[in-house]
Amino acid sequence: MNELPQQLANGLILGAMYGLIAIGYTMVYGIVQLINFAHGEIFMIGGFGALTVHLMLPDGFSLAAAIPLMIIGGMICSVAVGTAAERFAYRPLRGAPRLAPLITAIGLSILLQQAVWKWYPDAKKDRSFPQFDGEPLSVLGANIQIGSLFVLVAAPICMLALGLFVNKTRSGRGMQATAQDPDTAKLMGINTDRIIVMAFAIGAAFAAIAAVGYGLHNGQVGFKMGFILGLKAFTAAVLGGIGNIYGAMLGGLVLGIAESLATGYIGDIPGMELFGGGAWKDVWAFSLLILVLLLRPQGLLGERVADRA
Amino acid sequence: MTALLEVEDLKVAYGKIEAVKGISFSVEAGQVVTLIGTNGAGKTTTLRTLSGLLKPLSGNITFDGKPLAGVPAHKIVAMGLAHSPEGRHIFPRLTITDNLRLGAYLRDDKDGIEKDIQRAYDLFPILGERRKQAAGTLSGGEQQMLAMGRALMSRPKLLMLDEPSMGLSPIMMQKIMETIVELKSQGTTILLVEQNAQAALSLADHGHVMEIGKVVLSGTGQDLLHDESVRKAYLGED
Ligand SMILES: Nc1ncnc2c1ncn2[C@@H]1O[C@H](COP(=O)(O)OP(=O)(O)OP(=O)(O)O)[C@@H](O)[C@H]1O
Ligand SMILES: [Mg+2]
Repeated sequence: MNELPQQLANGLILGAMYGLIAIGYTMVYGIVQLINFAHGEIFMIGGFGALTVHLMLPDGFSLAAAIPLMIIGGMICSVAVGTAAERFAYRPLRGAPRLAPLITAIGLSILLQQAVWKWYPDAKKDRSFPQFDGEPLSVLGANIQIGSLFVLVAAPICMLALGLFVNKTRSGRGMQATAQDPDTAKLMGINTDRIIVMAFAIGAAFAAIAAVGYGLHNGQVGFKMGFILGLKAFTAAVLGGIGNIYGAMLGGLVLGIAESLATGYIGDIPGMELFGGGAWKDVWAFSLLILVLLLRPQGLLGERVADRA
Repeated sequence: MTALLEVEDLKVAYGKIEAVKGISFSVEAGQVVTLIGTNGAGKTTTLRTLSGLLKPLSGNITFDGKPLAGVPAHKIVAMGLAHSPEGRHIFPRLTITDNLRLGAYLRDDKDGIEKDIQRAYDLFPILGERRKQAAGTLSGGEQQMLAMGRALMSRPKLLMLDEPSMGLSPIMMQKIMETIVELKSQGTTILLVEQNAQAALSLADHGHVMEIGKVVLSGTGQDLLHDESVRKAYLGED
């Protein structure tokens, strides 16, 4: 079997998921300098929202037709939780010392996990997510499950739409202005509170799309799925340069591919046999983060703080 | 006729420290009114309160016949009050054109906006030449022009300028002051905060001298320009 294309494909799939989730971290941080550590759970809730929609559909409803509905259902749940978190948990803490919203975010993250665990039917174990039937596709020597293709198609569409929104629309310009100088943005007539809600909502919507991708790729969703994926996506956002939306996607892809290659090949290096295999993959991901932060603290596409005056 | 802007006994505090301690003044439509005073007198605090970035402790502000109390900053812009802040605060990573567009954020007349962008380029040709450049790459004086042009893009009834000459070379300062005279001749109402008392008073209809949170002296621009205490304190004569 041809291994390298397969590892790259796995890395891309994982990376696209990281990137889509990372958008939410990076947009919120870019505008309110808040690390929304509950974002991983907002992703997880999108997965359960999509699953719920699928469970409500009649038997025999084709999965392909169900996917748009599942995306919408997941988005509604994620966006509702994300914007409610902004309104009721973070907004009252604006102007408070940095530690307060950070601790709130961690608390919120635990609360959301436990709420799903307790109240979603049978969510104490992972719940299975609908899967496409059919043989995996063979693309350039890699075998890709049909369900795994979803995120590979969704990620570029999302990035294109986001790029157009940010650069070509009035609200998008308002968002950039708010990120660069919130007080002056107000002097332009921009309702910065609304812009902040918009950033949370877009981040949550993208997380829901990533969650559908995760479910289709892994075949299951669980209340814990947002923890490690959220942490990796946050890593991706920092890697790419926090605050930069293209950086978030780039960071996600670099992280996903690096993780996949390290998992696949490090064990083959003489003397490194012990470190092979999936158990070490998180170590490689976070080592990469540390390395990049040492060599390029602003991240791959980030600007030096001095430039942001 | 009532004034366009009426400020009565305005007090503003940062926490427990009162920075503006009960000031009153007004601006009539078509006038240029200047606030001058030493560092820390409370001029910037006053403008930031007028534009809604700071909440007053007490006092009344009436703009265009409507009270401004409790109106959020973005709605005050919609009422016709524009503020070019101290330190310019252009959006450094957006292009010059986008900065100007942001000044017109609340306007829906696309054609009018394009025309006004062109007008800003006519007023400041250098901005037109650099229109696609990130605003952060402009020199200080050019950034000041952009900040003024951007504030004008909302077609304000009252334009507030906070130290437009700060940190500029004499030539740039001259250019900015000429622009203010030109705007005045076009009928723009301006509230001008300046350290450069000479320049500000020469072109103002009215002036108010602020010292540690209070207005200590008011008069026409010419009166103040020839007032002995003003000459001593602000124009460096003894
Ligand atoms: N954010 C703030 N927090 C606390 N105190 C402040 C703040 N901003 C200004 N002050 C204080 O309020 C007072 C008035 O400041 P303000 O900036 O309004 O003065 P100014 O007249 O604009 O001075 P300058 O000519 O130096 O710009 C000063 O004593 C200043 O130290
Ligand atoms: Mg000042």
